[in-house]
Amino acid sequence: MSQKVLLNEKEVNIILHRLACQLIEKHNDFSNTVLIGLQPRGVFLADRLAKILTDDYKVKNIKLGHLDITFFRDDFRRGEKPLEANTTKINFLVEDKNIVFVDDVLYTGRSIRAALTAIQSFGRPNEIELLTLIDRRFSRHLPIQPDYRGRQVDVINNEKVKVNWKEHDHEDAVYLIEK
Amino acid sequence: MSELSVNHLLGIKYLNKQDIQLIFETADHFKEVINRPIKKVPSLRDITIANLFFENSTRTKLSFELAEKRLSADVINFSSGQSSVKKGETLIDTVNNILSMKVDMVVMRHPNPGAGVFLSKHVNASIVNAGDGAHEHPTQALLDSYSIREKLGDVKGKKVVIVGDILHSRVALSNIFALQLQGAQVMVCGPKTLIPKYIDKLGVKVETNLRKALNWCDVANMLRVQNERMDISYFPSTREYTQQYGVDKNLLDSLDKEITIMHPGPINRGVEITSDVADSKQSIILDQVQNGVAVRMAVIYLLASKIKQ
Repeated sequence: MSQKVLLNEKEVNIILHRLACQLIEKHNDFSNTVLIGLQPRGVFLADRLAKILTDDYKVKNIKLGHLDITFFRDDFRRGEKPLEANTTKINFLVEDKNIVFVDDVLYTGRSIRAALTAIQSFGRPNEIELLTLIDRRFSRHLPIQPDYRGRQVDVINNEKVKVNWKEHDHEDAVYLIEK
Repeated sequence: MSELSVNHLLGIKYLNKQDIQLIFETADHFKEVINRPIKKVPSLRDITIANLFFENSTRTKLSFELAEKRLSADVINFSSGQSSVKKGETLIDTVNNILSMKVDMVVMRHPNPGAGVFLSKHVNASIVNAGDGAHEHPTQALLDSYSIREKLGDVKGKKVVIVGDILHSRVALSNIFALQLQGAQVMVCGPKTLIPKYIDKLGVKVETNLRKALNWCDVANMLRVQNERMDISYFPSTREYTQQYGVDKNLLDSLDKEITIMHPGPINRGVEITSDVADSKQSIILDQVQNGVAVRMAVIYLLASKIKQ
């Protein structure tokens, strides 16, 4: 198993600020916008973006939620390992809101498909966009594309993209791991 | 540790501590789901579940059915009253006929102890015991422990007294196993005639004085007097039972500390507990009912994830 650094801490930081600015460009003061981090690993990115928007760009009252899609996945009983659920934390209705789904890596698109179904349990949003740090090109199983992307990479199927976060893994970095 | 050690839920005695922990953690997620505006998830959309009730039930049947529907399973119901069982069909034949319609899981209540175990050896489906005679009622015990955990933070180290008709109660036996597995101390309390001989061999304390029992415990689980199972007279009269083993507000207020009151239902108001106790803030009876759906969703979800395609 070998691994290669795709993005280092400095590059991750620059990309996060660019993504934050793109969000502001589209959503202005975020009065009708909510950020939804997808469990398990999208929540670190969502929390970080919310922090950058609040601290560095003085956007007030950002609504932030965490969505777990386990019970909405299409591979229940199909994998070797049982699916383990995580916490959903959405303490507001998303009725008529503009939602931005936030996830670390976009691969097959199946998680996003599940998230699109799962979010309906919390109301009918006005629109839904997708933000991902890493977009794995040519690997989609479904017609799903990001609206905001950090970096597009070409990765073959037996390779894995791993995003590390300071809060959880003691560093900000993105690795390409060859199995 | 994300898989149950068993393929059926036949009784608490077949589970280990990690299984209970996993069921509770999964139930936490489902409790969040059933408090959403839309209370349904699609996980089990390709699973069919048969609810076979060879004995009357309101709450358990509704709770199971709701849990199954909230998981998007297809559900078929069967009550022995309106069935061919009356015409002399055997249990295996009845169930195999139902399974040949491609059913993946069976939830069964049956008046004979061991009916679930018997079935699990003879038919090819996941079995959930929803009560077998006076033997076990595992999902009730799980939701009772889950409710204690929710109210008091942890089950470990807590003192729980089970009051009433221990002899005829499947809830009592499952609760004893579940509570002990999680490190709680258990006492049973009731008239001598309704306490099985040798129950102390299970490691539970036995007490016939209700006031002493209540002063000892953190939680009192009040059982119903099961008149329908009593072939002989176990106590002189209902009134005398109430005088000695009924809990009213005066008794509750005169205790040294505030205890939590539970009841698996259905309540005989004025017999084992009075209305003002059942409706007091110390009572978590309605929480038990809500938690029942979440816990049953967890059990069904975890068992279904072990059914291979």
